[in-house]
Amino acid sequence: MIKNLKPHTKQNIITFLGLAVVWIVVTVLRSQGALGRSTLGLLVPICCYVVMAISLNLTVGIMGELSLGHAGFMGIGAFTGIVVSQSLMRVTSSVPLRLLAAMLVGALFAGIFGFLIGIPVLRLRGDYLAIVTLAFGEIIKELITCLLVGVDENGLHMIFNYKGLKNVEDLNLSEAGQVIIKGAQGATGTQTIATFNAGMLLIFVTLFIILHTIYSRTGRAIMAIRDNRIAAESVGIDITKHKMIAFVMSAAMAGSAGALYGLNYSNLVAAKFDFNTSILVLVFVVLGGLGNMRGSIIAAVLLYVLPEALRGMHDYRMLIYAVILIVVMLTTNSPAAKNFFGRFRFGKKGGAEE
Amino acid sequence: MSQQKKRPATKMVPVQTNAIVPDRDADKSPILECHHLGIDFGGLTAVNNFNLMIGRTEIAGLIGPNGAGKTTVFNLLTKVYQPTRGTILLDGNDTSKMNTEQINRAGIARTFQNIRLFKEMSVVDNVLVGLHHEMDYRLPSAILRLPTYWRGERIARERALELLSIFDMQDLAETKAGSLPYGAQRRLEIVRALATNPSLLLLDEPAAGMNPSETSELMDNIVKIRDLFHIAVMLIEHDMNLVMGICEGICVLNFGEVIAKGSPDEIKQNPVVIEAYLGKKDGKEAGNDG
Repeated sequence: MIKNLKPHTKQNIITFLGLAVVWIVVTVLRSQGALGRSTLGLLVPICCYVVMAISLNLTVGIMGELSLGHAGFMGIGAFTGIVVSQSLMRVTSSVPLRLLAAMLVGALFAGIFGFLIGIPVLRLRGDYLAIVTLAFGEIIKELITCLLVGVDENGLHMIFNYKGLKNVEDLNLSEAGQVIIKGAQGATGTQTIATFNAGMLLIFVTLFIILHTIYSRTGRAIMAIRDNRIAAESVGIDITKHKMIAFVMSAAMAGSAGALYGLNYSNLVAAKFDFNTSILVLVFVVLGGLGNMRGSIIAAVLLYVLPEALRGMHDYRMLIYAVILIVVMLTTNSPAAKNFFGRFRFGKKGGAEE
Repeated sequence: MSQQKKRPATKMVPVQTNAIVPDRDADKSPILECHHLGIDFGGLTAVNNFNLMIGRTEIAGLIGPNGAGKTTVFNLLTKVYQPTRGTILLDGNDTSKMNTEQINRAGIARTFQNIRLFKEMSVVDNVLVGLHHEMDYRLPSAILRLPTYWRGERIARERALELLSIFDMQDLAETKAGSLPYGAQRRLEIVRALATNPSLLLLDEPAAGMNPSETSELMDNIVKIRDLFHIAVMLIEHDMNLVMGICEGICVLNFGEVIAKGSPDEIKQNPVVIEAYLGKKDGKEAGNDG
């Protein structure tokens, strides 16, 4: 097995090593106190968006279908994660355990929704699929906005406030109860337990799963469907099943990223997980290269940091961001630039591609 | 042969049975039987009353002028289209409830007239997709890279390289399929189809775009494949040297109907076939139903 190390295995090892180096460097810098408060605050969201980008790359780059509702799955993960974490506070004081449970349950719920949404959506192709995922993303956001959730010693209390007539009192919480999600006001008073280490761990796990899926019979089948659906069918590939596997995996990973994201803020509204967030993640994927996981990671880091770094520009911030985006897209798409960067493909890693 | 059809028969003619099954397959049941197969697109009848039998190890040809419905027949056999009427028996089993994927697993593999490779994937990966069902590990063991994964991948990879070596393509294994020259792409499609372990191989214009020396090499290879795998091959081809050279039975299609069946020599002499290809000396063509 070692002797016939395939090129992609080498690439994967480089990616993982690069990530490990980044992890160590950031940890050292943190312990030295070299990172400012604002930078520290960016660490967890960056991890979340990296996971979002690589999970969306599974749908867009590997399966070859444009999904515009990815933030919806992140939202599901975020709010289920918050509910799990806040409820478990009464059972266990172990923060890592709560975090783990939140991410797992977030992934599970997002995966279930991914499956349910996948049933109608995966019958479609191309633009139609993109539009329907967009719609489902918005639907999820609106549904969360209707939720009232609280917890007390009797367990979870939940109201689906679709008419908007009920309020927190209707939850019938006891004295010791706590409201977790207040409808449109979102989740308030969440204990922020997300950590950078958990984020890095999540990146490692998702990347591990995705890369190992791609280089297996399942991954090849998914890519075969992307490249030529009719031919894939003619060699005995079950189209629906493999599309569903990719879509549900992608949704579940977005869910766990969402859980981590949700536990990083004491206040969080569902409106955060709207179309703009989906597009933001899609930009990471497209800029990083379709099907290129390492590219997605680099693009997610750079493009998430960029607007923050430009904060000094005040009003011109988004203008400059947009211009940089256009320039980068144009240059990385030109053959000359591709050749230039191609020379560094084997060596460079970890945010080196300006 | 006494297969019953559900549809009310309009002008059912008795199936001509052994017309193109070669002698050595005569005592075995045919691998494929089509009875009164037909399909309509809206009001247009693309294929009508198509009857055919193919022997276990036969090389059969399907020829006819452009637009005769040859590829449509292939699409019917592989259920890309659902037949409007008639039955297809694969190895004696009715295929009416199967879809394209199940047809392949039941034993029909095909290539395409306009090449349909997985262009972004490497040559060996294309073949490995064909070997999908030969590997029995599941996704969790792939993610965890358990021994079953390594074993399955190793065996499949060896098999893929072995299949590629039929066409001397094992050295191209890591090349991107889309960047192969045209002839090699056609050969790769055949290898990928063979990887699914078929009992009937359908080749849609395998020699299209090939020069004479490539074509004669292909002819040898088709015979070699048949002898090696003991499978039946059915091919659509316009290159008459190829068809007359290797096919044991030929079926001629015109305007969606079979106009002749027989051995190459019979077909060459058949006046109806000559007329279909070259037209009648004077007056209108026969059988033109648009």
